Amino acid sequence: MRVTVLFALAGLASYTTPAAAESLDITVNVPRLSVAEYHRPYVAIWLEKPGMPSIRTLAVWYDHDMRNNEGRKWLSDLRTWWRKGGRSAQIDGVTGATRAPGPQRLTVPSSSLKGLAAGDYQLVVEAAREVGGRETVRMPITLGSKRSATARAEGKSELGAVIATVKP
Amino acid sequence: MKFRIALAAAALLSLPAAVQAHNAWILPSSTVLSGDESWVTVDAAVSNDLFYFNHNALRLDNMQVWRPDGSEAELENQNTGHYRSTFDVHLDQQGTWKIGFERKGIFGRYTLDGKQQRLPRGASADQLESLIPAGATDVQISENAMRNETFVTLGAPTETVFKPSGKGLEFLPVTHPNDLVAGEPALFRFIIDGQPAAGLKVVVTPGGSRYRNSLDQIALETNAAGEVSITWPQPGMYWLEAEAEDGNSTIPGATERRLGYVSTLEVMTP
Repeated sequence: MRVTVLFALAGLASYTTPAAAESLDITVNVPRLSVAEYHRPYVAIWLEKPGMPSIRTLAVWYDHDMRNNEGRKWLSDLRTWWRKGGRSAQIDGVTGATRAPGPQRLTVPSSSLKGLAAGDYQLVVEAAREVGGRETVRMPITLGSKRSATARAEGKSELGAVIATVKP
Repeated sequence: MKFRIALAAAALLSLPAAVQAHNAWILPSSTVLSGDESWVTVDAAVSNDLFYFNHNALRLDNMQVWRPDGSEAELENQNTGHYRSTFDVHLDQQGTWKIGFERKGIFGRYTLDGKQQRLPRGASADQLESLIPAGATDVQISENAMRNETFVTLGAPTETVFKPSGKGLEFLPVTHPNDLVAGEPALFRFIIDGQPAAGLKVVVTPGGSRYRNSLDQIALETNAAGEVSITWPQPGMYWLEAEAEDGNSTIPGATERRLGYVSTLEVMTP
């Protein structure tokens, strides 16, 4: 009986979730901009694929520690993320402070990938800067593959290179 | 002589349309908002160019604001100037808010002692009996009912404010009006007295007309289900107008009913 249960669980795991040990490391290069008034960008990072009921938000970097949650007022400036699911997402577990210019690393915990079926996804990074511009960078990544893989895409204005490595 | 009367009648009939030649609009400062609570400020004006206040203020007498739960909210910090009215709305509830007004009136004419007379502007249905003198002949009454609305959403969109009353021309969006993006089609449904408004003429005009040589209007007609699909050519504020005429007035003696619906819609960059 116990064997049967374990077997069933293993079967379930193989198609509903990628390998439990899977990790996703993302480096987002926040460009140094020579502008009169600079504020660090708000950044949202998420996974999406056609037919997915809702996007999976991996990180939101914003002024999360302001009085009365005032930093949330500008979350809708991350327009694409906001519309695709940010506006109805529970983000408490994935929020962090805004990041300074330079390479910024994010290690996505496996808990953030829980429940995602193995397969191809788009990793999307959106940056919106107060008194500045907005840019979205996207790249394909595969979850549940047996080999590790690195994807890379380059922003033009508000984002530099974005590099994502998936390890089984 | 007969010809001249006919001409006069035609001129008279075209008057309501001429009165409406200017566009009445309600322009919110934002339509998609985030945060625990927020504010929008709203301009309301009547003008030829969209969305520039250069003709008349739109009076706020009938303006109303509805929260996502259907309750009414205050119009705060009201002011009516020469060219525009303004007010603020404190968004203290998550979801989709409706801001707008309904205007009902009658147009009419009759013949008395061989002379054609017109009902005063702004006449209402309950005044009809006193407005039409005994002995009047050739009485023609037309009911006018129009709505002008806009929507703003704090947080995730909700649907409560779209619940139709079943009276007159109403907007029943299939695509949420605070979920519009350039290049993507939006599906809107219109109903008249609760039934699909088939064959309804819908015209959409992009804002910023002062800096264009053409209006760039998109003219559409609803299908049998009362639906139109609009693909937004670029982001920005749009003015949507739908108009219908029928004979289904509930006002006794009215032979014609004119229905109008106007909405200001914001289309975002993808």
